[in-house]
Amino acid sequence: MNPHEREPTPVRTACPYCGVGCGVLATPDGAGGASIAGDPAHPSNFGRLCSKGAALGETLSLDGRLLHPEIEGRRASWDEALDAAARGFRETLDRHGPEAIALYLSGQLLTEDYYAANKLFKGFLGSANVDTNSRLCMSSSVAGHKRAFGADTVPGVYRDLETADLLVLVGSNAAWCHPVLHQRMLAARAARGTRIVVLDPRRTATADEADLHLQLRGGSDVALFSGLLVALADGGFVDQAYVDAHTSGFQAALARAREIAPDLAAVAAACGLAEAEIAAFFDLFAGAERVVTLYSQGVNQSAQGTDKVNAIINVHLATGRIGREGMGPFSLTGQPNAMGGREVGGLANQLAAHMGFDAASIDRVRRFWDAPRMARAEGRMAVDMFEAIDRGEIRALWVMGTNPAASLPRADAVRKALAKLDHFVVSENVASNDTLTAGAKIRLPASAWGEKDGTVTNSERRISRQRPFLPLPGEARPDWWIIARVAERLGFGAAFAWRTAGEAFREHAALSAFENGGARDFDIGALAELDDDAYDALEPTQWPAKRRDAGGETRFFAEGGFFTGDRRARFVAVEPPASRPPDAGRTLRLNTGRIRDQWHTMTRTGRSPRLASHLPEPFLEISPRDGLRAGLTDGGFARVSSAHGEAVLRVRFDPTARDGAVFAPIHWTEETSSGARVAALVHAVTDPVSGQPDAKATAVAAAPVVFGRQGFALTRGALGVLDEGAWWARAVAPHGVSLLFATNGAVTLEEVFPDLRGSDEIVDFVDPARGTYRAGAFRDGLLQAALFVGPGSQAGAWSFLRGKLGARLTEGEIRGLLLAGRARGGADCGPLVCACHGVSRGAIEDALRAGANDAATVGSMTSAGTNCGSCLPEIRRMVAAARVRTNVPALGLFG
Amino acid sequence: MQPERLVIVGAGMASLKLLEELAAAAPRRYDVTVVGAEPTPAYNRVLLSSLLAGEASDEDLRLRGRDWYAAHGFRLLTGAPAQAIDRAGKRLILRGGRALAFDKLVLATGSEAIRLPLPGADLPQTLTFRDLYDATRLRALAAPGRRALVIGGGLLGLEAAYGLVRRGCSVTVVHLADRLMERQLDERGAATLRRTLEAKGVGFALSASSVAITGDAQVTGLELATGERLPADLVVMACGVRANAGLAKAAGLRVNRGITVDDRLATSDPDIFALGECAEHRGDVYGLVAPAYEQARTLARRLAGDDSATYAGSVLSTNLKVSGVGVFSAGAIEPEDGDETMVLADPGHGHYRKLIVRDDRLKGAILVGETSDALWYLDLITTATPLGPLREDLAFGRGFAMAA
Repeated sequence: MNPHEREPTPVRTACPYCGVGCGVLATPDGAGGASIAGDPAHPSNFGRLCSKGAALGETLSLDGRLLHPEIEGRRASWDEALDAAARGFRETLDRHGPEAIALYLSGQLLTEDYYAANKLFKGFLGSANVDTNSRLCMSSSVAGHKRAFGADTVPGVYRDLETADLLVLVGSNAAWCHPVLHQRMLAARAARGTRIVVLDPRRTATADEADLHLQLRGGSDVALFSGLLVALADGGFVDQAYVDAHTSGFQAALARAREIAPDLAAVAAACGLAEAEIAAFFDLFAGAERVVTLYSQGVNQSAQGTDKVNAIINVHLATGRIGREGMGPFSLTGQPNAMGGREVGGLANQLAAHMGFDAASIDRVRRFWDAPRMARAEGRMAVDMFEAIDRGEIRALWVMGTNPAASLPRADAVRKALAKLDHFVVSENVASNDTLTAGAKIRLPASAWGEKDGTVTNSERRISRQRPFLPLPGEARPDWWIIARVAERLGFGAAFAWRTAGEAFREHAALSAFENGGARDFDIGALAELDDDAYDALEPTQWPAKRRDAGGETRFFAEGGFFTGDRRARFVAVEPPASRPPDAGRTLRLNTGRIRDQWHTMTRTGRSPRLASHLPEPFLEISPRDGLRAGLTDGGFARVSSAHGEAVLRVRFDPTARDGAVFAPIHWTEETSSGARVAALVHAVTDPVSGQPDAKATAVAAAPVVFGRQGFALTRGALGVLDEGAWWARAVAPHGVSLLFATNGAVTLEEVFPDLRGSDEIVDFVDPARGTYRAGAFRDGLLQAALFVGPGSQAGAWSFLRGKLGARLTEGEIRGLLLAGRARGGADCGPLVCACHGVSRGAIEDALRAGANDAATVGSMTSAGTNCGSCLPEIRRMVAAARVRTNVPALGLFG
Repeated sequence: MQPERLVIVGAGMASLKLLEELAAAAPRRYDVTVVGAEPTPAYNRVLLSSLLAGEASDEDLRLRGRDWYAAHGFRLLTGAPAQAIDRAGKRLILRGGRALAFDKLVLATGSEAIRLPLPGADLPQTLTFRDLYDATRLRALAAPGRRALVIGGGLLGLEAAYGLVRRGCSVTVVHLADRLMERQLDERGAATLRRTLEAKGVGFALSASSVAITGDAQVTGLELATGERLPADLVVMACGVRANAGLAKAAGLRVNRGITVDDRLATSDPDIFALGECAEHRGDVYGLVAPAYEQARTLARRLAGDDSATYAGSVLSTNLKVSGVGVFSAGAIEPEDGDETMVLADPGHGHYRKLIVRDDRLKGAILVGETSDALWYLDLITTATPLGPLREDLAFGRGFAMAA
């Protein structure tokens, strides 16, 4: 072997998606791509990856990347751009003071980036208007933790999910949103019989896998957990010794719980459930010492999110089930570094390093930073921040790595507000998104996953390195570097003189330990002494990691030791669930959330053809009864409107949906759809404590929208523009891109594919009686583009043809038959069910017809579900449906 | 009792099929005599084009040997053109005066190629393309490098042109209509076919009316109505066929374009029948083998004593026999008001498909390029099967439509 051709070494890094924080092995291919595998040595995932993580290799192209600084739409040098960015903040500060500047950050920033940004604004520009998209994600958990524990502490560790006897998932579709962790739970159940209870108003994939699913009314969690507290107290399950020794406020909390939920009947009424279902859950909970209650956005994104968190924590405190193996409340975070942002203090109501805005903390941080202009009070939280921008109170804004014009409640209003800014800087990976197009004057190209170098913290307080394995493209730079250069131009060069991310990290670690002495939970002093090599080699490390005391898994609070003044936990007397006045004409309650194969606004997952196949269009899930009442048809379209905006979505009748409750995914933006920015609908109601918006309960109405034609355009080249009234969603395909659309206008080949050449060979099929037009364009013998138009959904053909783009035809293949939109003799292949192995619904149905009678057999026949397992609920559902089909005649014969 | 005497005039494919059917349905019932003008027993005329193209051998064209006729008791007279029918005396008179008495007579006289009455049409390098003799002469004349003109862009003309190209001639098809096979193909189908044949080396002059074949003793070219002269070493006339009905007409039988027959295939004389390309049934004279075979089956049953056997006409379907160029046409070629039309077209690859549906039934199909499903479509048309779920993916063929 040529000694120069060494095997490329995999780089150990961490996944950029959810808060599970999986370790990833990335092996660069030397051509800008990389092969991706799970890191067997990482304690979050032990080698497993979910469909999204496994497809990371498909997301590395530089298409659509912002690669150079821009000022007012023209390319600029870094010097010009940084000068302009700094000047704008300086001028706004001078003219309007520190209340008029703001920073809006992201849970996808690395800890080092977060640290730099927070330090600049809170220590050097005097502004606490530093908030983050984590406000939309887990700030109710932060607030709940702080109220109960005196600090934002996640008490448990992932291993608890494997040693618990009962797992209660509240408002968490972990099967889709935290798949690797969910698989760990299911594996534990298989090994030791763990019971799983899911509390969710939706019949999610997670609910499908549960032993018990309580499909409670949205927002009724507080009543349920109040009822549980009462039941535990009345049943003698309170750990009085723990309560007496380590807590305060139990009686008041219990009294309040009794007011809210005096008995099973009251709980049942509040939750819209049968008493027996509730009793079953209470019995399970009472009987299992080792119980972990996991919760996510269904709890956090609520007008009463903090109370929900505390209602959950209350029952764990009351039973002393906290901080010991296999038990405790457990917040699952949705972003790779929401936890890191919290550690840094990158939120408007935190100062730094788990310190607040008390005078002692402000002074301590001032001394540590040698800071000239400390923020003295909490700043504006996300929703409030953008309302202040609208009112002209904030005049200069810097957005980093997030897309508030697509993700904040009342997104249309947010977008309008952004246009009013005097100074608007965005640091981004992508060249275009809803926020950039909302008037960003200075665009700074930031490094992306694979290029970034730093750390992230996952849901169990574990710090992992994100290591670069690709060169910085174009003029992209790390966020911390950009911030430091702006700081330099504002006159603070000495305080931001880090040469590496490691230097910034060590400073952050040192601050966590500075005058700590056990007073603050967050202490990673041991990491302040890492040299550059040790930082580079840092193994996944759980905090606390105090000086001379690092290493090992740590839980909190088994023996009390809370971070309140008296070291006691606080029971919180939660407020009764508020019933909002009914909104006449808007009788549906809109729940929003993620889907299995997409993440946030799809800027990364949206690049993966595999991930685009499962659910390629924005949709509205609605119960058939509500749908019919609103005049909708399954597979048709609905205009969903709230007091704040509207969206047009594909209708999916879901027989498992609660009447009155509808669901829409959050992922589509103006870049990827014609009008499916669901955040535009969402009301700006926030939790009074956490400031987290309630994205799960907006009053909406739905009305049918009728389109005469539906179809798709698929091309290796460019997509043109459809008529003004057309509905569309963009989805990538292998070797190309596609547009799924519906319209009443005409769609012509020339308009939808503007870069077709005269030499391209067109194959077409017309069936005017059926309103069908299909065409394929071939270039150099390969399918260059395809257009299907028909009276109904062309989704099946889309699934089939997207795989044919750019593919060479087989010998003797009649290419015109591609316009059948499916394989000869084969059924409609349908959407991908297993994104990891690319197995379609049709292939699984074939396996079921061939005799597979459980998910394991389907797996051995098709590979479906054998990697990340997040499609297993769907496969099991298909197995069950097939059983019903085959059993029907048998019943007819013998029944 | 002596068996009835059955005389069959014509020893072509229709005649042979009738004999085969008779042998099966009513062996030895008749004392059968077959008389044919050509010197050989029936051969597969359908393969003449392939023979010309060098894609079939003489052996491939052979159908039944003389021993087969003998074994079944069929008397076969070849090289024996019929001259007259003596209806009153129930005798068939052959050239040379020999008379054959009959109880029943079947006319299977076929058709003859139309020879345009152009100046120069009698030059020795002006040929038709109808029988083995023509094919033999063509093979002799079509040396590589020769320039050939084929007058007529129908089935036969195109097959002849392709055969000549395969023999190394440079060939141009001169056609009066503005598109090829205008009776079987619509405009796009014809254009697709034309491009495919052009790619195989056939040249075309469409909307071209021939006025004269030039040359004194030897063909030198063809003059068109526009005055244009196309140089040529040989000219093939493939402008269609005419039913051989002269014998019947002279005998006073009712003759229109062909010998008119009823649904029992009887002529105006109840003891005289006609079938194949010489017969006209319900106004149609079929120039294809499939209807002749259907007629043969019906007539054999009748002759075997089955009075219920009737022939109700055939759905016309066309297959062009040019290797690598499938052409199939059956039923309607253009929609009428209320018909539904589906078109699947890939001009680049020479594929074209048009289907016409009315009242959920397939009424017409044109396939150019890919014809493997032709018989399925033909069956749908002839049986008038309600399409139902087949309708959706009908254009993509049986494999797709049946799996829908």
